[in-house]
Amino acid sequence: MAPASSTTSMKVSFRVNGTPRELELDPRVTLLDALREHLHLTGAKKGCDHGQCGACTTIVNGARINACLSLAVMHAGDEITTIEGIGQPDALHPLQAAFIEHDGYQCGYCTPGQICSALAMLEEIDRAVPSHVQEDLLQKAGITEAEIRERMSGNICRCGAYANIVAAILEIAEGETA
Amino acid sequence: MKAFSYERARSPQQAAAVVAANPEARFIAGGTNLIDLMKLQIEAPRHLVDVQDLDLHRIEAKEDGGLRIGALVSNTALATDERIRRDYGAVARAIMAGASGQLRNKATTAGNLLQRTRCPYFYDTAQRCNKRAPGSGCAAIEGFSRGLGVIGTSEHCIATYPGDMAVALRLFETVVETVDAEGAVRMIPLAEFHRLPGTTPERDTVLEQGEFITAVHLGPPPEGRQFYQKVRDRASYAFALVSVAALLRPDGTGRVAFGGVAPRPWRVEEAEELLPQGARAVTDRAFRDARPTAGNAFKLPLATRTLAYVMAQAKG
Repeated sequence: MAPASSTTSMKVSFRVNGTPRELELDPRVTLLDALREHLHLTGAKKGCDHGQCGACTTIVNGARINACLSLAVMHAGDEITTIEGIGQPDALHPLQAAFIEHDGYQCGYCTPGQICSALAMLEEIDRAVPSHVQEDLLQKAGITEAEIRERMSGNICRCGAYANIVAAILEIAEGETA
Repeated sequence: MKAFSYERARSPQQAAAVVAANPEARFIAGGTNLIDLMKLQIEAPRHLVDVQDLDLHRIEAKEDGGLRIGALVSNTALATDERIRRDYGAVARAIMAGASGQLRNKATTAGNLLQRTRCPYFYDTAQRCNKRAPGSGCAAIEGFSRGLGVIGTSEHCIATYPGDMAVALRLFETVVETVDAEGAVRMIPLAEFHRLPGTTPERDTVLEQGEFITAVHLGPPPEGRQFYQKVRDRASYAFALVSVAALLRPDGTGRVAFGGVAPRPWRVEEAEELLPQGARAVTDRAFRDARPTAGNAFKLPLATRTLAYVMAQAKG
């Protein structure tokens, strides 16, 4: 990207759920606001807008991030996946189906962030990313309730559906490894 | 957020030159702390230099057996690196004890060192804070100081350095490599990198305006078992009340640094020499000059107990 020093707006291009998108944005626009207000992908939610709640969790180049704490102009060329790219009402992702089966939510506001976070979290375990609760740093962590609770601590659920969220994640994780 | 202009840096020196020439410019990498502060207008840069394209994402072996960690290596990548997990376990442990998975994916090695305090009075723009608004006073000293500093503080500021990684890095002869606008490289021992507040708490580190961190160097892995024990109000995703990074050898000697207690990771080498005498001897010396508030005096016995717990594990 060419250096620019406009205080008004800048062009930025990235792919969202596989589709190339080009936007002209004030550099203050966060990735979350670009997705919600400019691309009308309202699955990612704005909870705290300060990286504390995880409702905005989005997968960028394979890694889960807080879309509220990232500027859209910093994502030129990136591959962004939101909940809309993971499943649709008539074609649920297995983790979405597991959330329904296990009552992994009440109000549902945190759910898109929980699901994006959980899917990227399982890949982190697969890539041997360690965790705070892991005893042996040199072994790959197992997919256990303790690991899931620790690794999902950046996603808050006001309704307190945690036990059911863990059950839903465990179900699909066991399906994948079986 | 206040309006700002934005550019992508082309080289470390070019980035340094832009920020050195403009006191209202800031570097941005992961952005997880800076953007949060910009939303609250605690930071209001008029220009951002995004350094993400620079070639500073690698962890390289050094001839002396240590590692050179590129400034832009993410917290997740650093903690996952096999050499860090094997030889610098306290660093991996400290990183994974901080923040959340989402934040660690964005946060960088250099940015982590530069994160600002989480003192609630720094964050609340309706309050007096000498770090945020120099000369306005410190509302924390007479206020809710439970999470704040007990040592190294001043009558102008009792904020703590909030991070975990830097506490563990103090065990390993860590040096911060920077470059300035003229291309001059400076090697700053981590021990001297974070400032004590004194009368100028607005300056967190010894970096000059525009001085850009390019890497963090670790000395060769030392002998001994490594620990990072963090005590906090909830089991995950919370800042430390007290943390202990320790390197303990079978003969009872070692190194110890404390987090959550001071404006910088707190390591007192004279105190480490007392390790064979037990945790109490170490913390009595390390915190000899402590000036806790009524609200945070509990951190002193907590530091002793946390170190005792770590030392018991080392024996077990």
